Amino acid sequence: MSDERPDDARVRYDQARYVENGQYEPLLSEKDLTRVEIGGGDGDSDTEDGSPLPDDLTRDSLELPALSEPELARHYTRLSQMIYGIDSGPYPLGSCTMKYNPKFTEDVAALPSAAVHPDRSEDSVQGNLELLYRLQDYLGRIGGMDAVTLQPPAGAAGEFVGIRVAAAYHEHNGEGHRDEVIVPESAHGTNFATAALGGYDVVSLPSDDEGRVDLEALEAALSENTAALMLTNPNTLGLFERDITEIAELVHDAGGLLYYDGANLNALLGRARPGDMGFDVMHYNVHKTFATPHGGGGPGAGPVGVVDDLAPFLPAPRVRQRDAESTGDESRYELFEPDHTIGKVHGFHGNWLVLLKAFAYIARLGDEGLADASASAVLNANYLAERIEYDVPYGPFHHEFVASAGEQDAADVAKRMLDYGVHPPTTKWPEIVPEALMTEPTEVESKATLDRLAAAFNAVAGEDDATLADAPERTTARRIDQTSAARTPRLSWHHLEDDE
Amino acid sequence: MHGSHATGSPYAPHTEEDRTAMLEAVGADSVEDLFDVPAEVAFDGRFDIDARSERETRRLVRSLLGRNEELTELLGRGHYGYYVPSLVDHLADRSEFLTSYTQYQPEVSQGFLQALFEYQSLLVELTGLPVANCSMYDAATALGEAATLSDRVRDTTGHRVLVPELLREERRSTLENYVAGTDLAVETYPVADGTVDLAGLEAAADEEVVMIYAENPTVRGTIEERLEAIGDLAAANDALFVLGSDPIALSLLERPVDVGADVVVGDASVLGLPTSYGMGLGLFATREEYLRQVPGRLVGASEDATDRRAYTLTLQTREQHIRRERATSNICTNQAWVALRTAMHAAVLGPGGMVDLAERDVRRARDLAARLDEIVGVKAPVHDRHHLREFVARVDQPASAVADDLEKRGFAVHVVGDHEIQVCVAGVPDERLDRFVDALEEVIR
Repeated sequence: MSDERPDDARVRYDQARYVENGQYEPLLSEKDLTRVEIGGGDGDSDTEDGSPLPDDLTRDSLELPALSEPELARHYTRLSQMIYGIDSGPYPLGSCTMKYNPKFTEDVAALPSAAVHPDRSEDSVQGNLELLYRLQDYLGRIGGMDAVTLQPPAGAAGEFVGIRVAAAYHEHNGEGHRDEVIVPESAHGTNFATAALGGYDVVSLPSDDEGRVDLEALEAALSENTAALMLTNPNTLGLFERDITEIAELVHDAGGLLYYDGANLNALLGRARPGDMGFDVMHYNVHKTFATPHGGGGPGAGPVGVVDDLAPFLPAPRVRQRDAESTGDESRYELFEPDHTIGKVHGFHGNWLVLLKAFAYIARLGDEGLADASASAVLNANYLAERIEYDVPYGPFHHEFVASAGEQDAADVAKRMLDYGVHPPTTKWPEIVPEALMTEPTEVESKATLDRLAAAFNAVAGEDDATLADAPERTTARRIDQTSAARTPRLSWHHLEDDE
Repeated sequence: MHGSHATGSPYAPHTEEDRTAMLEAVGADSVEDLFDVPAEVAFDGRFDIDARSERETRRLVRSLLGRNEELTELLGRGHYGYYVPSLVDHLADRSEFLTSYTQYQPEVSQGFLQALFEYQSLLVELTGLPVANCSMYDAATALGEAATLSDRVRDTTGHRVLVPELLREERRSTLENYVAGTDLAVETYPVADGTVDLAGLEAAADEEVVMIYAENPTVRGTIEERLEAIGDLAAANDALFVLGSDPIALSLLERPVDVGADVVVGDASVLGLPTSYGMGLGLFATREEYLRQVPGRLVGASEDATDRRAYTLTLQTREQHIRRERATSNICTNQAWVALRTAMHAAVLGPGGMVDLAERDVRRARDLAARLDEIVGVKAPVHDRHHLREFVARVDQPASAVADDLEKRGFAVHVVGDHEIQVCVAGVPDERLDRFVDALEEVIR
């Protein structure tokens, strides 16, 4: 087909680039730096001109850019045009679930009635409490979990809650000696780091030949010291852990807990629930599965669901309905502290505005929409894999697949794909696939977009190493020197003044 | 047609024709065939969540949030409701900012990287410390990260972390969770009349201390007067001095580097976010020598293949996706978009505007305290100190009853003791403060 190897001109992609004096858009500090002197106050009889504080309690001066609003509007508009977002084109980053972020959720998050202080009385924020209660309930149903906390501000924070809850649970049962957490080698890096932050020794679990949990290796890894097994299902290869029931039995027989990393939940909405698979505790990545925007790295939210046995250990506070018998009104909500709570993992209630958007997304989609999100995501991944020339060694996969760039360098393939106007997949991971291209198109791409995305993969597959090494050439910046950035860290405009 | 609720997600654009062609291409009869889920764990898809139109969903959320009462919030204690200029909303909401991912492909993310580099630069200027990361979740988690950093960089057997007895319970609890996997123990030092009791701190500090934490301003709004002495005390014991603050306070108050701070944490979203039920932005800055122990993402300047300056995430070998269980933190998703908003807000204010804002909130807090002090049955401020934006007032009547009565009159204040309320002027217009004084007078009368 002619569109599988598009000529460069037709798919040529030139990202906006502003150049001034031979450099890209200048820093704010290169447009202006103004030093404001502070002081001259005695702290008592100050005038409007002098400082209201004695000089020994203040700094001497502050030097920052002082620019007009129109200048700033242009600066940030230009910066935005030098960014590729989900509204720019497909963004098939494996394990990241870069799906379209519905615009209306921004409007609900911007409602003035949502802007309340966390220390308000419960009676005066019944709207927040009811919405959070309903979101707890939604997430519980979606995950098959009995109780949910919304406090963790990101997926890794959710993992940390899971690990702390597991620790508290074991401690409570006189099993505080359990000091190991088992993590599959192909797991997300956060799993290892979270277990370590929780003070656990990490036991790494190899995959079997088919890319799934090796049951014999799991049996060998489990012991009386096992606190938990952290598992992603489908795993990072997109494969469902078919032996999940047996895995759950093995872990539970050893006295451990089974943790579900929710990064890949978009594969299973309405098809299977972690709670039904035997998981005891899970986190949800609402910025993945429930379409809240990634914002260039965050904020997200990582609510945690647990089975009944673990509910008393969840972070405080949670939201519940007030006892209707005592109040005569079952539509009132209150905060409460679980009996054996681990305490807090965020200064307040987590990323409220993100939770609000997730609630709106779930309420919009309902059963049919959620199930279709998964179905379409899985169909899209299968279709795309079928259309690309790179080998996909493991299957049957679901919402994502891991192709191999073969003799090519996966990182270079990614750089070259940028020139074709698409975002590349996650590269070089999981390591079980050589030169991995971990690809998750999500449900939001049409067949036509997937065809163009496949054409970009295939165009790059046919190019030589020199072309790849020179890529990208049509983006704002050309290939960036990572070694120099790390060898001589320049982390603020102050560092640049020193050097230049 | 696509997008109807009968066919599923309104954001999945497949036509029936597409679907058929795609299934044919992959050799499946139906989408169900693509799911490799054993029957014993399969789910029937019934969550009993009704789908709604966009308009109905907006109405639902508006109606739920309509249950929140409209109050004038004189609330602070770590979360503030400053006015955020319209430019911030409109520019930060551009979808390239809002819908992009972490900048793992810097060549197509220069705009966001530059904005984060400018944010880091803002923090470097405010703190005087040369290394600032591009965000933690909030002030409490940044404090937790500071403790684990202290544990890593201080190579002695010490295990004590000292925090003020007035530390917000929520921050203390978060810190306790962060250090639960270490052998660190959190202990308190005393506070006298709203600021550090230096003699008490001296008595508490010894060579077993790895970190001393102080806040400026304190949770009760007082400005610390002995920061340098705290810094000296930390240095004398080879402990890290971790200072909690925020960008508005830092615009005016003593520069952390000048008082010996090793790490600065706090909530940077006092600029950039309106009240948002406690959502924040963890500020984290430190000394050059701890660079390779810093948690979270760092943006650095480099060059591209045309020798033009370009930005990229750097020193990633500290992070979880490379270093796994030996990473400096487990943080991945952060608060980058909030950092963008903070940088925008600071840019709109400029240095003069930032200093003005801080100075005004010193004066406004002082003036309001003086007016409350004139009410019979109220003493304000309780602490004979300088304050920034908030202060504690003593009321003869039970504080909770006073707060309840104020709420009925449309004002929210903190209850911080049996006879103590705390009042914050941040973001509250002057005429509202006038009405608040009247309301308190009525309540106390």
